[in-house]
Amino acid sequence: MTSVVATNQTILVVGGGIAGMTAALEAAETGKQVVLVEKNPYLGGRTVQLYRYFPKMCHPTCGLEINLRRLKANPRIQVLTMAEVTGISGGKGNYSVNVKLAPRFVNENCTACGECNKVATTEVADAFNYNLGKVKAAYLPSSMAYPQRYVIDPSVIGTAEASAIKAACKYGAVDLDMKEETVTLNAGAIVWATGWQPYDAKNIQPYRYGEFPNVITNVEFERLADPHGPTGGKILRPSDGKEAKNVAFIQCAGSRDENHLRHCSRFCCMASLKQTRYVQEAFGDAGKSTIYYIDIRAIDRFEDFYQEVKANPNVSFVKSKVARISEDKNGDPRLWGVNTEGYVRYSEPHDLVVLAVGMEPSVKGVNIPAEVMSDSSGFLMADPVNAGIFGAGCATNALDVNRAVQSATAAALRAVQVVNKVARAEA
Amino acid sequence: MSDMNQQMTAKYKNNFLKEIEEQAEMGDWVKMCMQCGVCSGSCPTNFHSGWDHPPQELFMLIRAGKRDEVLNSNSMWNCVSCYNCYVRCPRKIPITHIMHGIAEYAYRIGRAPKSQPTLHLSQTFWNNATKTGRVNEVKLTQTLYFKDGIASGIKKAMAMQDVALGLVKAKRLNPLEAVGISHKCKDIKGIHAMLDKARELEAKRKGRTA
Repeated sequence: MTSVVATNQTILVVGGGIAGMTAALEAAETGKQVVLVEKNPYLGGRTVQLYRYFPKMCHPTCGLEINLRRLKANPRIQVLTMAEVTGISGGKGNYSVNVKLAPRFVNENCTACGECNKVATTEVADAFNYNLGKVKAAYLPSSMAYPQRYVIDPSVIGTAEASAIKAACKYGAVDLDMKEETVTLNAGAIVWATGWQPYDAKNIQPYRYGEFPNVITNVEFERLADPHGPTGGKILRPSDGKEAKNVAFIQCAGSRDENHLRHCSRFCCMASLKQTRYVQEAFGDAGKSTIYYIDIRAIDRFEDFYQEVKANPNVSFVKSKVARISEDKNGDPRLWGVNTEGYVRYSEPHDLVVLAVGMEPSVKGVNIPAEVMSDSSGFLMADPVNAGIFGAGCATNALDVNRAVQSATAAALRAVQVVNKVARAEA
Repeated sequence: MSDMNQQMTAKYKNNFLKEIEEQAEMGDWVKMCMQCGVCSGSCPTNFHSGWDHPPQELFMLIRAGKRDEVLNSNSMWNCVSCYNCYVRCPRKIPITHIMHGIAEYAYRIGRAPKSQPTLHLSQTFWNNATKTGRVNEVKLTQTLYFKDGIASGIKKAMAMQDVALGLVKAKRLNPLEAVGISHKCKDIKGIHAMLDKARELEAKRKGRTA
């Protein structure tokens, strides 16, 4: 059984992405006890799935490394991975929370040596790479996964393969008898940082995502560009593995659309601008990018980034929301629409189309087992009715990494105030 | 220029957007357009053969106060009501309805082009349908086929005769309608009273005398 030490002076952080990690660290570094709950087998969320982030083109290995170091050095944070909150009762200053823990089948003896991976034969979808590839049923989710522990897919449990995996482990780390369990813990305040999910591009019918292999999303493109991704960092299109030297980016794929997401997702313009740099870096002057946009929203201080990309002769901008996509015989997706600057009709083939899909809050459609307010897009709002539950990061709004961290710090401070009151350290 | 046109010009001075908002059906949606161009890109008519302006350009012209350019345009008359633009519009603007609203308004104030085929079809249909409360299909097709002269009318009728016979067989077309024996509404007076009332309400809403 997993044991968790928690009192009503503990802060529970739900979600271990960049926002949740930040909130947990900020709170713990003020001296509070923190329990960090993460659904995936690793921390870092969507941020760790990026190749690089704007504006400084940092690799997550750098930015997250700092946070992981802080986390490892802090004895006040208990991390629960493969865990989901299933019930919340009580109130501000005195919550009781049920957390369901899925079995990893690997315990803390794991040294990440990889012997189990060598004997595994079954292949399962590679969720870390947005299912672009496959991984063996005993896998490390990503090279920088924290905790650095393998995971065994439940589909092989009870087979001879599982026994072989167990036998291959020299450290007694494989425990095939692990069961799903539920733990109950106390908390004075809760930071809800469950982040976002990419909008399901299949819903945007005229773009034929899921039907045309060379129409992909911006999050998938991150994995293509990443050396740790399924193509080893080569920008190859899915249909035939050809180098995608002529890439189209379609902005507002789902965002700012009453039929899909009502809100502007904010990060997608910057993400596409950033991704044109991947194309440039991969192919030099042979790499051409075209951004189809309604208007470029390079938020806040990022206007200079936009101007820099705009000055690149290999990147062109077409002011148009693409009407539809068809597919040529050679597999090229063809974009149809009207350039509103001059009202010129176009029909342009590209090697690869990247849909800049928007952010949908992960809390949307999820039944948070407590009373909380959300806006018309499903993002958590700050409201007195939320009591001791504070939203952080992309659970509250469409934010980039930088802003998610700011939002998380604010939420941590609010949570600290609640537990201080419980401890009578603050009026 | 008609009186009505002058009256409206005087009333709205240079505020053409307000004029469209108040006078054209669904015109109050025009300001919601964010100029993404998905309507134009989705239009099956391709607006090359004689389309003056695609929808989002027409909306921009309205906002820019280009009254003559909009009212003289043939764009709204060329709309085939396929609703592609309406379905794809990220702002859910009823573009198809606005196109018809502008066309109807242009006609009402006497700015519709002479011998406009869409206008001719609409008028013929309206007069035919409101007379008895039901459409007299034979008379409607006769009027449409023979609008460009007897020779071309006969040619069109011959080309369509198989369809017509099929409709007669399926009891979807009654040849006796040609001599005025047709299905009618039970309460024609009621229909006419209803249409008069609708006209009165619309005039009241749009701030003018019926």
